[in-house]
Amino acid sequence: MRTDLAVIGAGPAGLAAALAAARRGIRVALVDAAPRPGGQYFRQPAPGLGTEGAVPRHGRRTWTRLRAALAESAVDVRPEHHVWCVERESGGLTVHALLGPEQRESVDVRADAVLLATGGYETVLPFPGWTLPGVVTAGGAQAMLKGGLVTPGRTAVVAGTGPLLLPVATGLAAAGVRVAALVESTDPARLPRHARALAGKLPEAAGYAARLLRHRVPVLTRHTVVRAHGEDRLTGVTVAALEAEGRVRPGTERLLPCDALAVGHGMLPHTDLAETLGCRLDGHAVAVDAEQRTDVPGVWAAGEATGIGGAALALAEGHIAGRSVAARLRGTAPDPHDWAPAARIRARERTAAAALHALHGPPAHWGDGVPDDTVLCRCEEVTAGAVREALTLGAGDTRTVKLLTRAGMGWCQGRMCAPGVAALTGCPPTPSRRPFARPVPLGVLAARHDRPTPHDRPHPRSEEGPS
Amino acid sequence: MTSPESADAARAFEVTFDGRPVEALPGRTIAAVLWAAGITSWRTTRDGGRPRGVFCGIGVCFDCLVTVNGRPGRRACLVPARPGDVIRTQEGTGHED
Amino acid sequence: MSESLTCDVVVVGAGMTGAACALYAARAGLGVTVVDRGPVAGGTTGAGEGNLLVSDKAPGPELGLALLSLRLWAELAARYGPDIEYDAKGGLVVAETPEAVDGLRAFADAQRAAGVTAEAVPADRLHDLEPRLAPALPGGVRYPQDAQVMPALAAAHLLKASGARLLTGHEVTRVLRARDGAVRGVRTTRGDVHAPAVVNAAGTWGGELASRADVFLPVMPRRGFVLVTEPLPPRIRHKVYAADYVADVAGDTADLLASPVVEGTAAGPVLIGASRERVGFDRSLSLRAVRALAAGATRLFPFLSEVRAVRTYAGFRPYLPDHLPAIGPDPRAPGLFHACGHEGAGIGLAPGTGLLVAQALTGETPGLDLAPFRPDRFPRPTKEAAR
Repeated sequence: MRTDLAVIGAGPAGLAAALAAARRGIRVALVDAAPRPGGQYFRQPAPGLGTEGAVPRHGRRTWTRLRAALAESAVDVRPEHHVWCVERESGGLTVHALLGPEQRESVDVRADAVLLATGGYETVLPFPGWTLPGVVTAGGAQAMLKGGLVTPGRTAVVAGTGPLLLPVATGLAAAGVRVAALVESTDPARLPRHARALAGKLPEAAGYAARLLRHRVPVLTRHTVVRAHGEDRLTGVTVAALEAEGRVRPGTERLLPCDALAVGHGMLPHTDLAETLGCRLDGHAVAVDAEQRTDVPGVWAAGEATGIGGAALALAEGHIAGRSVAARLRGTAPDPHDWAPAARIRARERTAAAALHALHGPPAHWGDGVPDDTVLCRCEEVTAGAVREALTLGAGDTRTVKLLTRAGMGWCQGRMCAPGVAALTGCPPTPSRRPFARPVPLGVLAARHDRPTPHDRPHPRSEEGPS
Repeated sequence: MTSPESADAARAFEVTFDGRPVEALPGRTIAAVLWAAGITSWRTTRDGGRPRGVFCGIGVCFDCLVTVNGRPGRRACLVPARPGDVIRTQEGTGHED
Repeated sequence: MSESLTCDVVVVGAGMTGAACALYAARAGLGVTVVDRGPVAGGTTGAGEGNLLVSDKAPGPELGLALLSLRLWAELAARYGPDIEYDAKGGLVVAETPEAVDGLRAFADAQRAAGVTAEAVPADRLHDLEPRLAPALPGGVRYPQDAQVMPALAAAHLLKASGARLLTGHEVTRVLRARDGAVRGVRTTRGDVHAPAVVNAAGTWGGELASRADVFLPVMPRRGFVLVTEPLPPRIRHKVYAADYVADVAGDTADLLASPVVEGTAAGPVLIGASRERVGFDRSLSLRAVRALAAGATRLFPFLSEVRAVRTYAGFRPYLPDHLPAIGPDPRAPGLFHACGHEGAGIGLAPGTGLLVAQALTGETPGLDLAPFRPDRFPRPTKEAAR
C-alpha cells in the first residue's frame, strides 16, 4: 500500500503524530507490532479479559481522549506489523513489516514520509542470579500486568533506579502482590539540586508515595540488589546499602525472601530503524531538529526514540512532528507558533528528563562487583570472566568484545547485555548497528516480490520489480 | 501468579504445556497464560541448560522463547494463546538434531 | 600520550594478516610492534567468515600460497585449535545444472594436478555428505582440505602468542623515511615507533597506508554482506557453496554478484555469504544484496526458509586489480614490506603470507616465488589516465 505518512509505533508519540497529521488531511498509516494501539504506556488488556487496565490514573483521561480521536480519524491503523527495516528508495520510503503473531510474511507500506516513534526498552545491569526465572524487568512486570492482568509472583521486590519503579511497585501492590521492598539506589539527598526541574513531577511522585504507604511498601533508598537467589527459580534477593561513591557498604547485606524481582536501571531508545536509514544519532538517541525532523529527508522521529523522557514529552513531540509532516508534505514551512503550547511542554519535559537522568544514574563501579561466573550476555551465556579475558586479548571497545566473546551476538543482538558489557569493561556504550530491527525468516528475504496485503488497493507506484 | 481481576470463566479455553492442560483466557499471551498457571520457565539454554522465562516482557530480550505447535523460537510474551495450542518447553535451540 | 619506541619491525594492522606477520617475525627472533588505528580484528577480519579454502582457487600463485597456508593452519591448530575454533570441515561445491557439473569437474582436475585433494561427488552421494541439501542437484566436488576458523579469535590469539607489543588506537599518519629513502619507522597519532622495517598489513586500507609511505598500491574495497541466522544444531557439515562462486570471485564487474556460500559455526548460527559489490566504503544496508544471499542459500538448503536471520553486516574485501595480494619487500621504499590485498581470502592466506614476510624480513629465501605478488607491479596512473 502507499500512503503519505507511515507512523511506526502506536504509543503516545505515534498516536499524537498520526492524529495531528490526519487532522490536516494527510493520509496516515499507523503501524505497530501490538494487537492494539497504545504502546507500552497505554497498554490495555485484551477486550476478552473484561476490564480496563492498570494504566496510571493520570494517563487514563489522555488515553480515553486519544482512543476516541483515533476512532473518529481517518488514520489507517495497522496492528501486528513488526517492522524489520525501513528502506529509502527513489520516490519515497518503504516500511517492511512482518505480519501477525506468525511473522512469516512481510508486507510493504510505501510512504512519502516516515515518523519513527519506536519507543524504548529497559536496561538492567547484571548481578548474580539475574537470569533466574522470576527476575523480570520492571517494565516487563508492568507490561504483563497491564496487558495480561498477571503478576510474576506473590511476593515481589522492585529494585534498581529510575521513575519507572514507583508505578511498578504501586501497580503490583494494587494487584494484590506483597511488595517486600522498593529498592532504589539513588540517594534522596540528591533530589533538592534537581527540585526546580522536577517541580512538575512532584504531585505525581507524591501520589505514588501515598500509595506505597497505603500498601505498606518499605522503601530502601541508597540500596541495591546484590544477588538473586534460587536454583531453578527465584527464592529471594540480597540487598545492601550503598556507600556515597556507589560501592556496597560491607556488612549491610540482608536477605529478602521473594518469588519475583522487578528490576530496572533506566531505558534506552530503539534506534535500529533510524540507524539503518542513516539518521544521525546523538549518543543513544535519534537526533532531531525543532520540528522533530531527522537529518534524513522524509524521516521524522518523536518520543523515546529521540531520548528517554516519558509520555508527556512523547505526546508533545509527536504532535509537533505530525504538524511538521503535514506542512512539509504540502511543500510549505510550518509556523512553529502553531504548536507553541506543545513546544513549551516539550521544553519543560526535556528539562525534567535531563534532571531525572542525572538523578538516577546507576551506581558507579557496578562492573567491579560482578563476579566472573555471572552471565552477562543472556542469549549466548557469556560470563563476566570471559568478557574480562577478552580485554586481555586486545579488545578495547564493545564491538571487539562481542567479536571475541559472542556477547551481543545472540537473539536479542546485544540489547540486553550492552549496558552490562559497557559497565564491566569501561568501554563507552555505543549503539550497535542492527540492520534487521527484528529477526526475519530467510524465506521472507528470499521472496523477492513482496506480496501486497489482501486489502490493499492497487496503486501504480506499489509495483516492485525484481530487486 | 495471581489474576488480579477475575474474568469470565465461561470464555476460558484450554491449551497444553508439556502435555498437561492449562486454562487460558482469551487475549492473554502465552506468557500470561503460563504465569497465571504458576509457570515461570519454559526454555532451557543451549550451553548451560538453565531455565528461562519472561524477562523484558515486551519482545526485546528473546528470553521467553518457546515452542508452540511444533514451531520453536516464538516469543511467549508476544504470541496470543489460542484454543488447543500445544506449548512445549524449548530446549536449546529448539530445533531437533 | 606520546610515545617513542624502538623495535625491529612495525606491523601496521592488527587483523589476521598482521597477526600472522607478527607471529612468524617474532618466531624468527625479531622484536615486533603491532599498531592499529582501531582495535584487534576491527577491519575486514572482524567481518569475515574465516574461510581457509583451496577449493575456490585455480592453479597459480594464489593456490600455491593457499596450500602453504593450509599446512601452516593445521600446525597452528594443533596448538591453538579450540581457542580459534579451527574446524577442518572440508568444502563441498555443488553444481546447480548439469553443465556446471562438467565445469566443476574440469576445474577440480586442474586443481588436483596442482596438489589439491578434490573428490567428485555424484548426485546420489551428495546427501550422504549433506543430508539437508536440496533434492535433485546434479553433483559436486568435495575438498577435504578446506577448513574454517573464527577469524577475530584467531587474530587475537595469534597476536597474543606472538608476544608482540600491541598498540591499538594508534593511527599511522606517516611512514618515516630517511634521506636515502629507507624506512625508519612510523609516526602515529600517539607518537613515533622507530624500526628499520615496516609491514603494511592494513588490509583494505593498505593502499592508504602505502600512500603514507609515498608509494602506490591500488588496494580497493569490494563489499560483501554476510547473513547470520538464529542458532541451530549442527545441520550443515561442510562449507557448501554453488559452483558459480568461483566465477564471482574472479569476476571483475562493479555490479552486485551473489553466489550462495553456506556454513554452520561452532556457536550455532549458520553464516551465509557471499555478495560482491564495488561501492567504496559504503556500509549501508543493501536489501538487494541480502535478498540475493537468502535466495541462494534457501535454494541450496530449502529448510533455511523457515530459519530466521538475526543479523547482517558488511565487510570490505581488499582487492588489487589482478586479484592477487601484494606480499614482500617494496623496492621503491627499502624497509617497507607489504602483506595486504588478499581480497576475500585473507584469513586463509594469512599464515603463508606471514611466513613469507618473515623470511623476507630476515633475508631468508622465501618458500614461494614472490614475483607474482610484487607490490610494485601496478604502475601509478598518470594524471591524464586518472581523469
